[in-house]
Amino acid sequence: MSWSWPYFFDYMINGLMLRGVWVTIWLSIISMILGLGLGILAALMKMYGNRGTRYIAEFYIWLFRGTPILIQLVIIYTGLPQLGIRFNVVESCILGLALNEGAYLAEIIRSGIMSVDKGQEDASRAVGMNWRERMWLVILPQATRTIIPPLGNQFNGMLKTTSLCSVISMQELMRSAQMIAQIQFRVLEAYCIAALWYLLLVSIWGLVQTRIEAHYERPFGSEEAKPHSEK
Amino acid sequence: MNDTGLVVAIKNVKKSFGNNVVLDGINLDVSKGEVVVICGRSGSGKSTLLRCIDQLETVDSGEIRAAGHLMGFKELNAKIVPLKDAAVAIQQRDIGMVFQNFNLFPHISVLENIMIAPTRILKRKKDEVEKEALALLERVGLPDKKNAYPRQLSGGQQQRIAIARALAMKPKLMLFDEPTSALDPEMISEVLDVMVDLSKAGMTMIVVTHEMGFARAAADRVILMHDAKIVEDATPKDFFENPKSEHTRLFLSKILQH
Repeated sequence: MSWSWPYFFDYMINGLMLRGVWVTIWLSIISMILGLGLGILAALMKMYGNRGTRYIAEFYIWLFRGTPILIQLVIIYTGLPQLGIRFNVVESCILGLALNEGAYLAEIIRSGIMSVDKGQEDASRAVGMNWRERMWLVILPQATRTIIPPLGNQFNGMLKTTSLCSVISMQELMRSAQMIAQIQFRVLEAYCIAALWYLLLVSIWGLVQTRIEAHYERPFGSEEAKPHSEK
Repeated sequence: MNDTGLVVAIKNVKKSFGNNVVLDGINLDVSKGEVVVICGRSGSGKSTLLRCIDQLETVDSGEIRAAGHLMGFKELNAKIVPLKDAAVAIQQRDIGMVFQNFNLFPHISVLENIMIAPTRILKRKKDEVEKEALALLERVGLPDKKNAYPRQLSGGQQQRIAIARALAMKPKLMLFDEPTSALDPEMISEVLDVMVDLSKAGMTMIVVTHEMGFARAAADRVILMHDAKIVEDATPKDFFENPKSEHTRLFLSKILQH
């Protein structure tokens, strides 16, 4: 059995494969958004919380950064039912990915917040903003600029990390490729197509990321940065 | 407090950073409409005093009444209770502060800088606030900069926007913490002009500055701080021509010898 182009092109638009692509896309997006929420929460708890919340955040970050995502997924899906805690496949994947992502994002967000000039805190206090207003209106929007590049990198990683969910039978792109490979034993063609799809997704994301970065750079950017003519 | 006409009443305020005493029993009253200039060499505690008035720092002891509030505290059944962050923020709305480094919000436009507090904190109507913001831009002489971002402006322009941002909250008291120290010399006067106008309009102001020209032109009182204490508190005329404290004479000889 040698390389077959017909199979290769057939797999590219195979319904099962396309379904896998779609699952990978939404699974990545949902997990990323939830992970972002968890990351912001953990970062704020660690930076501004009392001792209790700080320890909780630190423990969470330590635990989920210190163990493989694969083990986290397997424990959530196949381990927890032993204690009577049951999540279905989709829930387990989203939970595992989001918890794992949140732990990494927490540190990224924390460094983003620390990169904001201390004077911004003074100025936002001085106009009468309380903590929540300072965070949402002044500090986090500015931290976003620093956070976006590594955040984009994390999402790039997320698109590919979802492939681990195949282990707990989530029918995403990797799992689709496995299933297709088993039909006619065209293993190489099937996995090459899957790899190509990941490449395509990551490349598209790269373009999107560039635009998002440009958007957040605009107030600081160079093209309009020349001082307007003096009045 | 309102009946006495005082906008600021500071009683025996003390503050240390570790072993370093920065405010050592400060007493200071400022009446409505008064312009008080505070000078003194760096480390004398003048910036810390302003920051304590606006609760960017907390005092160790003593009390600060400003703009109608017992800053940082509330009186509850004859007891004095420290306030939480959100309640302090409400007190801070009545005091405007201008910083050495401007500290404009760099991620939003000039107009948004001025409008953010009235619209997002006081939840006032946008069109109404915008009208006031444009009037403020007019007042600081920068009506054509409303859509610029802070980094597109010169230092002097940024500082004038910072003044407009503070005024947008209609404060009862304005604090200036070395507002011209970070500026190139040719930009100092454009900021001082705005401040002089503000004082003529009756604003109560405390200004930490080394601009003695401003002190002569606009101040009702000039204060010298030395080693965490107020050592001179006089009219500009007495301060410059007939100072009581040895420290003032020394300070003036250093600052005026050029």
